Amino acid sequence: MAIEYMGLNNIQGPLAVIDGVDDTFYEEMVTVTLDSGEKRIGRVIEISGDKAVIQVFEGTSNLSLTNTKTKFMGEPMRLPLSKEMLGRTLDGIGRPIDGLGDYFADEVRDVNGQPINPVSREYPNNFIQTGISSIDCLATLIRGQKLPIFSGDGMPHDELAMQIARQAKVVDSGDENGDSFAIVFAAMGVKHDVANYFKKSFEESGVLGKVVMFLNLSNDPVVERIITPRCALTAAEYLAFKHDMHVLVILTDMTSYAEALREVSSSKGEIPSRKGFPGYLYSDLASIYERAGIIKDAKGSVTQVPILTMPNDDITHPVPDLTGYITEGQIVLGRDLSLKGVYPPVSILPSLSRLMKDGIGEGFTREDHPDLSNQLFASYSKVEDAKSLASVIGEDELSEMDKKYIAFGKAFDEKFLAQSRDDNRSIEDTLDLGWELLGMLPKSELDRVSDQMLEKYYKMAEE
Amino acid sequence: MANTEGRIFGINGPVVTVKGSDAFEMQEMVYVGNEELIGEVIGVTRDTTIVQVYEETTGLKKGESVVGTGGPLSITLAPGIISNIFDGIERPLKDIRNLSGAFVERGLKVSNLDEEKMWNVTVKAKAGDYVTGGEVIAVTQETNLIEHRIMIPPGVNGTIDWIADSGGYKISDVIAKVKSGEGVTDVTIKQKWPIKKARPYSERQSISRPLVTGQRVIDAMFPLAKGGAAAIPGGFGTGKTMTQHQLAKWCDADIIVYIGCGERGNEMTQVLDEFSELIDPKSQRPLLDRTVLIANTSNMPVAAREASIYTGVTLAEYYRDMGYDVALMADSTSRWAEALREISGRLEEMPAEEGFPAYLASRLSQFYERAGYVTNLNGSEGSVSIIGAVSPQGGDFSEPVTQNTKRFIRCFWALDKSLAYARHYPAIQWLTSYSEYIDELDDWYKMNVAHNFMEKRNRIMAILQEESSLMEIVKLIGADVLPDSQKATLEVARAIRTGFLQQNAFHKDDTYVPLEKQNRMMDVILLFDKRIRQCVDKGIVLSKVSESGIADDIIRIKYSIGNENIDAPFKALEDKINQTFDKIIFERVE
Repeated sequence: MAIEYMGLNNIQGPLAVIDGVDDTFYEEMVTVTLDSGEKRIGRVIEISGDKAVIQVFEGTSNLSLTNTKTKFMGEPMRLPLSKEMLGRTLDGIGRPIDGLGDYFADEVRDVNGQPINPVSREYPNNFIQTGISSIDCLATLIRGQKLPIFSGDGMPHDELAMQIARQAKVVDSGDENGDSFAIVFAAMGVKHDVANYFKKSFEESGVLGKVVMFLNLSNDPVVERIITPRCALTAAEYLAFKHDMHVLVILTDMTSYAEALREVSSSKGEIPSRKGFPGYLYSDLASIYERAGIIKDAKGSVTQVPILTMPNDDITHPVPDLTGYITEGQIVLGRDLSLKGVYPPVSILPSLSRLMKDGIGEGFTREDHPDLSNQLFASYSKVEDAKSLASVIGEDELSEMDKKYIAFGKAFDEKFLAQSRDDNRSIEDTLDLGWELLGMLPKSELDRVSDQMLEKYYKMAEE
Repeated sequence: MANTEGRIFGINGPVVTVKGSDAFEMQEMVYVGNEELIGEVIGVTRDTTIVQVYEETTGLKKGESVVGTGGPLSITLAPGIISNIFDGIERPLKDIRNLSGAFVERGLKVSNLDEEKMWNVTVKAKAGDYVTGGEVIAVTQETNLIEHRIMIPPGVNGTIDWIADSGGYKISDVIAKVKSGEGVTDVTIKQKWPIKKARPYSERQSISRPLVTGQRVIDAMFPLAKGGAAAIPGGFGTGKTMTQHQLAKWCDADIIVYIGCGERGNEMTQVLDEFSELIDPKSQRPLLDRTVLIANTSNMPVAAREASIYTGVTLAEYYRDMGYDVALMADSTSRWAEALREISGRLEEMPAEEGFPAYLASRLSQFYERAGYVTNLNGSEGSVSIIGAVSPQGGDFSEPVTQNTKRFIRCFWALDKSLAYARHYPAIQWLTSYSEYIDELDDWYKMNVAHNFMEKRNRIMAILQEESSLMEIVKLIGADVLPDSQKATLEVARAIRTGFLQQNAFHKDDTYVPLEKQNRMMDVILLFDKRIRQCVDKGIVLSKVSESGIADDIIRIKYSIGNENIDAPFKALEDKINQTFDKIIFERVE
């Protein structure tokens, strides 16, 4: 028989402190009942003697030191799981909010998950074709990878994520009807419109029945946000490793998540590190991102595409910075491209996929892919040099070679990067397009491509 | 004597406060709670003891017991270490997998090394021998590459009273009894050693031999010595891990200890997969036969991340004691420093810079000082070289971990974002990197590679320096306006950058380049430099040289000339360069 504790000792921000608690454990769940009958849930985040610090997910407003009853549930935060979750919309801590009632749980799991043993991991090398040239050719997405989109406010990251979700497929997987494909979508602190956009797009493309949505919108309780990605990933792991599904997890926006963490940390009075974020931000983010991957003896996979907005477009801000250290690459969107009307505005030089080297080339995409992508990177970085020189001495004064680079850069932005929102290019088309553009440069400039590849694929463009 | 026992009083993340006993020792290993999670005492006051727990603390209850073990956190040293993969406190991950499946659960009881396996031991000492700590008394073949030398533990001296015959033994078996004034000590194959204490040696040697890595920018430009310490700082995506992997694959150490400290799980899987397939060119055996992996990925408990560095270096020292050259790669030391910061924050210690504890510098120095080239207690020579990756926040090298690391290493390979963006790998920036070992290694290069190796290196560095100052002008007004002598510098520098410094890790020959070939490549580049300057002196327009395409031949050496039988092709190329220039100069005279 669980004891109910009357009243609280102290309330600070989203945290409540109770005295005289004897029998609680770290990260135990609690329910807080107000006099009005309203129930809220929370979690023990610190124990000191007979004092327990509780994080209240729905916030502490209307709580007073006397109007509450607190009950300890005797278990950590768990999420009921079932295949019936597909097609459902849940709130930030996994309660259905689509009016369809509870689903029948097949099992319950601790949302914190457990680290995957490195010896049980399967090294990912299955190329996912997104149909987007810049990603497929230059920052290839691999099944089981975690590849975030670094964006800024006002840039079309949602559209890009949606396009990836819609078009993503593994070539030659023998799963054309996508039976084993699912999407887990977690919104953390995003606007209503954004959540609606995703919902509508899922509906329109007819995949809604394959999507589990976890929504914590910007006016929902902040503390809930800390649990949202964990719920989403618990659902994803369940679908992937129990039901052999290939799950694409979209987490947006990780910056709001980190800010929620900062808020709780400062309420607890912890010593802040950079920009007020807690010192354990790295470990905390890692506990989310590292839950992507493929394990031996299971057919499914968890692929993550987290989205984060860089405050003030600053890639050195702690959230994108630490994320980049954990994830396997990043797709960076560029403000200048976006202003020029290029969609998707993928800024290719800082973009990177760490896993692509083992998932492209002969036997995966096409033999010329590694050389071609290297060459495009190298040539495009020379375009940048030429552009900065042109901004000083004027384009007319440039050498012939620099002018060729400027022309190449322009064509690259317009033909290779830019594509419409429903343009689904095959990898062959993308690679051919790359060679076509390299044709604008003389052969002697292509120093990253082996002679055989040049011989086979290079064709000088006609003037 | 009964073990010290206390009760849990408070829990905050990995930090647990304990009341009820004042007998805990600092750094004593303890079992925490009913699940017996492993922890370490990190603070003692009159009424409370502070413990950091190496596993997740979810579910721990106030009032559960904390039991002391009477000794510091120690690891087991015995055959069975090589080719294995451990977590931060030397628990074999394969055994953990057998117990708990694909995910790592808490409170698992596994032994550090296989206790059941029989090793075929050949005994070297005999009864009546006088032995001291470190002396090799028996050997066993641990892997095809490594002979494991079983030693008397440090601190044990005396006469061998009894010694086992050669044959099959388990690691816990007593193979000798050593009699001294204090009594008889049983010597088992395995030893225990506390991870935070450096293993003793007889004398430190001076640095004299390079750690040959086959990476041109390292071997020729910024060499690391055996027994030295190097740091690889770089923002994300600049190729720290790639560089570490290349070194682990190709460097000429006998044993590699690779620590994945707070990094990606997939990377450890990659090392594991790749190293079991890759064949060591010297021995024709898989690289895993000489490699130990320690994996504490970023989502594994943070306190064990702190321990993983010490575990790794203790293993490295143990093999050094046998007379091996060991190279230790730690990827990344920043994650370890952040683990220190996280624990320190939970202890509410007064922070120094950027929230890092004030003892960051002393901890870093304690770690890097465990590198060294030494004469062991048994008279053999061995070395531990440490290569630590540093992940500075925001790629900014002025942050505390990079700055403090710089004080304790002597070789600094700075990775540069703009080089990485241009896919120039390894992205080691030649202007900001340095190696203080150059002078000490000069003699070795003279004796073993070429008498003027370092002079050539210095000439190449000078050209690169000159290029960088010229680039300042080029950025403002373009390269066209430069005089030909300066354009020639740019041309040679381009050949150096793309032909020599840049190296393709995925090319079968270019991934590892022997020193002779590196030397010949420098010769060719300097020949090009010499001839192009002759042209300038004679007033020949440089476009003649670029039209000849000879620079591209030089840049392509890395692919066009293999690693063996290099003499003839290099000779041919040098002839071709000379002929091309002779022709250009001759035409001009016409």
